Amino acid sequence: MAEKPASRWWIAPAAAGVAFLAGLPLLLSAYTVSLLISVLAYASLATSWAFFSGTTRYISLATAAFVGIGTYTVALLSDHLPLAVVLAIAHMIGFVIALGVGLSTLRLSGIYFVIFTFGLTELIKQLVIWFEINQTKTLARYIFVNASGTLIYELLLATATIVIAGVWWLSRSRVGYALRVIGEDEMVARHSGIDTTRVKVLVFAATSAVMSMVGAVLSLRYTYVDPNIAFNSLVSFQVLIMALLGGIGRPWGPALGAVPLVLLSELLSGTFPHHFGIALGICFVVIVFFLPGGVMGLVDRWSAWLPRSALRRRKES
Amino acid sequence: MILFEVVLSGVLVGGMYGLIALGLNLQYGIARMMNLAYGEALMGGAYTAFWFFMLWRIDPLASMLFSVPVAFCGNWLIYRYLLSPLIRRAANQEILEADTILVTFGLLFVFQGLALVQWGGEYRGYTYLAVPIDLLGATVALNRLMAFVAAVVLALALYWLLRSTRLGGALRAIAIDPVAAQLVAVDVPRLSALAFAAGGAIMAAAGTLVSMFLSFNASIGIVYTLKALIVVIMGGVGRMLGCLMAGLLLGLAEALGAYLVDPGLTLAINFALFLLVLLVRPQGLFSRG
Repeated sequence: MAEKPASRWWIAPAAAGVAFLAGLPLLLSAYTVSLLISVLAYASLATSWAFFSGTTRYISLATAAFVGIGTYTVALLSDHLPLAVVLAIAHMIGFVIALGVGLSTLRLSGIYFVIFTFGLTELIKQLVIWFEINQTKTLARYIFVNASGTLIYELLLATATIVIAGVWWLSRSRVGYALRVIGEDEMVARHSGIDTTRVKVLVFAATSAVMSMVGAVLSLRYTYVDPNIAFNSLVSFQVLIMALLGGIGRPWGPALGAVPLVLLSELLSGTFPHHFGIALGICFVVIVFFLPGGVMGLVDRWSAWLPRSALRRRKES
Repeated sequence: MILFEVVLSGVLVGGMYGLIALGLNLQYGIARMMNLAYGEALMGGAYTAFWFFMLWRIDPLASMLFSVPVAFCGNWLIYRYLLSPLIRRAANQEILEADTILVTFGLLFVFQGLALVQWGGEYRGYTYLAVPIDLLGATVALNRLMAFVAAVVLALALYWLLRSTRLGGALRAIAIDPVAAQLVAVDVPRLSALAFAAGGAIMAAAGTLVSMFLSFNASIGIVYTLKALIVVIMGGVGRMLGCLMAGLLLGLAEALGAYLVDPGLTLAINFALFLLVLLVRPQGLFSRG
């Protein structure tokens, strides 16, 4: 049962790498820094998405909902409270909402969970629009926070580092093990004494809170926010495809998948915004058909976790 | 009296929901494929009707002669060349489900993207039969009534086909148990493809009808996919009559919710129903057992 103690030789180079990344804004142009901001944000999102959805096989499309919650928290509160407090509140609101959503929906299986989480983004968007129109009478909000690109970059670098290190550490802990058993066979997990609901809901809430945090930090880039910008369901799909492209189940995979797609988005969205959607769609099809094992794809991963093939492996060894 | 008008408008929209749920049931209940690009056929049908009407003044109902066969062939090709290979490859149901979700999401983005590139993102609509009609004291637009009648006729024809023909019997057998259907000499792969294609064709027809009284844009497809799925879950997967009833129910709930609470909260009502049914009666409202 016990995992082999992993060799830790790479911790020093990784720390040096983070330190190097932290120093980058001194060397690079503002444009490159803003590109790196997107990479770091999506790397954090994809990593936290993969830690829950990748391991448990509950495919969540609620990423955009939680990112939007973070964004809106900043839009609502940044005039009244200091930035650090606002970020902490965004994190907490994400956690609490995810807790509620998790408790009510994690019983749903397969396609129903996918559809519900997708709908959740639209639902929250509609509720915010309804609230803004009827209660506050403003549909657009301005964010006047004096945050430089470098500050946003460093905040997101810290987030990404903590998320990737946290996922690496957690996936080796009892929680990670429990998640993997749930992904393999939830019934077995329950029978072997894992409190599946608690593990699922807590991990879902924790990863969603990270998404809200990322959304909150990213919103500092904007000056203007409305519900359609904040709750953009495309984000959910982008994060999903990044994680699949990079390969889930390894701490580095999803973060690596973020790089090419952020670059592609940057390349296309300025001049051909609609073509990015088409490219994303083709990505989905190509990954399923041609890269199931190539980039540590989802399908291959999952098939390796399924009970039957697990048995086969045991027999062979 | 106002309440009667609200109920009436709920029923009129509900007939449409019943029709699109019936189509999804052909795809999900019989062909056993969750097609998340399902609504794109509706979007295609709506745009076809729009352009035929705007460019050549062709009656929307006549435009179905073009859009429905195209949607049928397109969906057949999708099933045959994109989805069947996944069935053959998948080691079990869960992998198949994950694969189809991803591929059909991909298709959703491709179709939606193509429509956006071609026609932009703004809402479209045209004026067709916008004549007020007096119906038992309530006023209804003729286009709404027409769309409802067409939807109900289509749905009942389909129901009759499934209920009373040999082909329909074979399709229902597949819905109940594909393996057992194979044993009594039902050509499951061929008929599944047919059901899948027919589902898409129905959605294109629904798109034409919807375009007669509602405005639409390139990203409208997913909304109708969601509604169809909610209705199918309410009515019971594979159950046709249940779907028609559930469609009416959803239409009514939306209309009453919009009237009694707030029109901005229709989607919230959709999802509340969806969750409620899934948590309380996951086998559907109208199924036995």
